Amino acid sequence: MSVTREEVAKIAQLARIRMGEEDLDHLVPEFNNILTWVEQLGEVDTSGVEPMTAVIPQELRLRDDVIDADPKTGGGRQDDVLANAPVAEHGFYGVPKVIE
Amino acid sequence: MTNYRIQGATGEWEVVIGLEVHAQVTSNAKLFSGASTAFGAEPNTQVSLVDAAMPGMLPVPNRECIRQAVRTGMAIEAQINKWSRFDRKNYFYADLPQGYQISQLYHPIVGEGSLTIDADEKAGIPEDKVIGIERIHVEQDAGKLMHDQHPTMSYVDLNRTGVALMEIVSKPDMTSPAEAGAYVRKLRSILRYVGSCDGNMEEGSMRADVNVSVRKVGDTELGTRTETKNVNSVRFVMQVIEFEANRQVDVLEEGGSIDQETRLFDPGTGTTRTMRSKEDAHDYRYFPDPDLLPLELEDDFIEECKASLPELPDAKRARYENELGLTPYNARELTAEVETFARFETLLAETANALGKDEKKVATPVANWALSVAPGVIKSLGDEADASHATAARQAAILKMQDAGEISGGQAKEIFEIVLKEGREPDEIADTEGLKQVSDTGAIEAAIDAIIAANGDKVEEYRGGKDKLFGFFVGQTMKAMQGKANPAVVNQILKGKLG
Repeated sequence: MSVTREEVAKIAQLARIRMGEEDLDHLVPEFNNILTWVEQLGEVDTSGVEPMTAVIPQELRLRDDVIDADPKTGGGRQDDVLANAPVAEHGFYGVPKVIE
Repeated sequence: MTNYRIQGATGEWEVVIGLEVHAQVTSNAKLFSGASTAFGAEPNTQVSLVDAAMPGMLPVPNRECIRQAVRTGMAIEAQINKWSRFDRKNYFYADLPQGYQISQLYHPIVGEGSLTIDADEKAGIPEDKVIGIERIHVEQDAGKLMHDQHPTMSYVDLNRTGVALMEIVSKPDMTSPAEAGAYVRKLRSILRYVGSCDGNMEEGSMRADVNVSVRKVGDTELGTRTETKNVNSVRFVMQVIEFEANRQVDVLEEGGSIDQETRLFDPGTGTTRTMRSKEDAHDYRYFPDPDLLPLELEDDFIEECKASLPELPDAKRARYENELGLTPYNARELTAEVETFARFETLLAETANALGKDEKKVATPVANWALSVAPGVIKSLGDEADASHATAARQAAILKMQDAGEISGGQAKEIFEIVLKEGREPDEIADTEGLKQVSDTGAIEAAIDAIIAANGDKVEEYRGGKDKLFGFFVGQTMKAMQGKANPAVVNQILKGKLG
């Protein structure tokens, strides 16, 4: 499997990453090297092997249904979340008009 | 089978419908953060650093959201997947700060299930019909964009960002607008019984993506479908299907073809239109979210979900019919909404207790009271009625007097009117306002004697075989008693005296 220059450009566009022609010059072969390597890994017979989801065996932690229990992961911080916005008005983020 | 058909120039067409319903999970906090989910707060005040996708913030799933999804799955008798996983659905839009929605594509938490829509002859559903449900998965909601507040900018409110949604995906098992409407209503009812979603469509707690395709009657291949997004009422879902089905038939009959596309519904005109979107809008590049381990459900967690399920609509309706002896109509009306059955069951218990009788014995009068008498009185009073006065205890007291023959049906309504207006106690009202039937045989006998004496000719006719005159004597007696005589007592005494 390999990707074309056009495919790499499209993926970059979908991810909104600006990519010049020079970037594509070295990224396309880099992508293809990675894909070749993954293909090589695919040659190993893994039938009957459980997929490993974490290097250290551990379980997914769940949180209790409590509002703002931890200030770092709770709300009520309008000023903080808007602080980095290029435009913030009346408590909203302002973005260039987007209408479907 | 439904008989919903579209008459085209080239023959008859049938419609195939599948629905994806997004239901907001009832929880205090969001799916992956501790920010509040309450509706209507100041913009961006319920946004945590996780929801704003600040670098380095990690999602931790809310146990309650998982629990509600599992309970919902159980309520539709679905397979519960003890192992599920979250995936990233990547797209770039201003309402989604992460740049991806955390969803479950490959391994949803709930697998196949079903629900039954009830027969409704008038709507063209001749018998109960089972609608398959493909899956339920849990995912994040996006934020809200406002386009009309500023000439050149859209405003973004991220309060809704990260709130938990269940996406409930039906199979393409529906074949008419009425069936789709019945499906959404039934699903909403189940969600509200379970308590996993408030079902408030105005506030956007439930919205549907409507998939519609058409094919010639008899064809077995499915036609190309369109998906109309974010339809937020039962009526609109039905309108979308009606419009889309007819539009597709027109296109196909003119030799055109249907594009598999996303469309928008315009409630103002009842029409749908193509969403202007780029070709690659659906290139979501899903992959397992590396920030989240697989979700594995423990047996005791699943057991608790099962044990906490309430009696569900179909079971409750069957019990009302079979055990309480209610009519199918009453059973259906009483079980449709959570508030209705809750009020009924409270009043039923209170009344049975007041009368010292079994619930079965009083269920029918209580059902009639709850469904028709009480709402009628409340409606006739309009703004004068204060519903908070109508406690179960007061209504039970009225039903008790009626059961004992102390008051008539008309007097029950009059007493209830005063209860609603003034919040007084029914027993006191009956005494003070003279709203009681006379069961005192002495007074009734005296009145009847006078009437018999004054109508000698009619008495002869009656005795001569003109049975219909019995009604005349009842009427005269009631009139003489100013309508307050207990009809059962009147009948009994009249029969004795007329022979």
